[in-house]
Amino acid sequence: MAKKTLLNEKEIYIILNRLACQLIENHQDFSNTILIGIQPRGVYLADRLVQVLTEEYQVKDIKLGKLDITFYRDDFRRREDPLSASSTDINFIVDNKNVVFIDDVLFSGRSIRAALTAIQAFGRPKNIELLVLIDRRFSRHLPIQPDYKGRQVDVIKDEQVKVEWKENEPRDKVCIVSPDV
Amino acid sequence: MAKLSVSHLLGIKHLNLEDINLIFNTADHFKEVINRPIKKVPSLRDITIANLFFENSTRTKLSFELAEKRLSADIINFSAAQSSVKKGESLIDTANNILSMKVDIIVMRHPNEGAGDFLAKHIDAKIVNAGDGAHEHPTQALLDSFSIREKLGDVKGKKVVIVGDIKHSRVALSNIYALKLQGAEVKLCGPTTLIPKFITTLGVSYEKDLRKALEWCDVANVLRVQHERMDVKYFPSIREYTQLFGINKELLDSIDKDIVIMHPGPINRGVELTSDVADSKQSIILNQVENGVAIRMAVIYLLAQQIKRD
Repeated sequence: MAKKTLLNEKEIYIILNRLACQLIENHQDFSNTILIGIQPRGVYLADRLVQVLTEEYQVKDIKLGKLDITFYRDDFRRREDPLSASSTDINFIVDNKNVVFIDDVLFSGRSIRAALTAIQAFGRPKNIELLVLIDRRFSRHLPIQPDYKGRQVDVIKDEQVKVEWKENEPRDKVCIVSPDV
Repeated sequence: MAKLSVSHLLGIKHLNLEDINLIFNTADHFKEVINRPIKKVPSLRDITIANLFFENSTRTKLSFELAEKRLSADIINFSAAQSSVKKGESLIDTANNILSMKVDIIVMRHPNEGAGDFLAKHIDAKIVNAGDGAHEHPTQALLDSFSIREKLGDVKGKKVVIVGDIKHSRVALSNIYALKLQGAEVKLCGPTTLIPKFITTLGVSYEKDLRKALEWCDVANVLRVQHERMDVKYFPSIREYTQLFGINKELLDSIDKDIVIMHPGPINRGVELTSDVADSKQSIILNQVENGVAIRMAVIYLLAQQIKRD
């Protein structure tokens, strides 16, 4: 299995700062904004963004939630391996708030479709935006596009984009994993 | 993620520890779901479930129905009292007729032991046993253990006494299997006439003195005396039963620890439990009911996951 590095630690750091600045540009002090990490992998990115926003840009009291979409997926029973659920943690009202979904890789758009349904169980947000670290172009099954994106990549279908965080890997890294030919 | 090792839920006897842990972990997520403003997920919107109740039930039937609705399944309900069973239709015929309506899962309560196993062998649908005679009531045992785990942190190593009519109780048998599997110690307490002869071969002990049993245990699961299943008298009078095996506030207060009180319902207040005990802080009876919905959602969800559409 071949592995090619797409982004290294430093590039990820710069991108996180840029995304944080773009969020500040649109949401100012975040008083009416809720960030939602999509379980399981979007949560790492969401945590990291909140860290950058608080430590480097002194934004206070950011509301951060986690949303699990397992029970809303449309491929339930169409997969070989069963889906495992993660926890949902949204301790505030999302009614009339600006919600930003945060996920690591945007591929088919189906997870985000499920998240759009899932968030309705917590109220009616004023609007919903999407932030992703990696946007895989030309691979969408649904008309869903990100509002904020770290890097756009073109990869063929068999290849996999893997985001590694230093929380559970040696260092931050984004790589493209391609199967052996 | 692991799969259930079984393709039907017929009894706890067929489950292993991983199955129970998988059901509990899934139920944790569903418990969060049923406490949301909108308590529904769309997972099972293409699944149809038939609830076949050949015996009276309030709690279990409502709990299953609610669990199925929370998962967005389509439901048809059937009660023997208003059906063709009264006209002499056999169990397989009834089930097959319902299956022709393209049903994926059958939840069944039946007065005969093994009815679920029989159905699982003969028809092509997932079967969930909601109580078969005096045999098993697996979802009740699962929700009981789930409630103990929630209250005390873990089931392993806990001492549980099951008080009352063990002989006629499917809840007792399923609970014994479930608790033993999870590493709890189990003691039975009740009139000797209502304790099956060879029950201790399941690795449980017997104590005829209620006070001693309560002093020993962390949890007391109190059962109802099932008069409707008794063809002969097993004890002289209800008054005598209450005096020997009824739990009241004075008895509980005289014991030097906080025992958790459970009851699968329906309670005969003043017989096995007095009202002040049933409504006390030590009682987790209403938590059991809430957990019942989450557990049944988990069981149905995990079984539905095995259904393949071509």
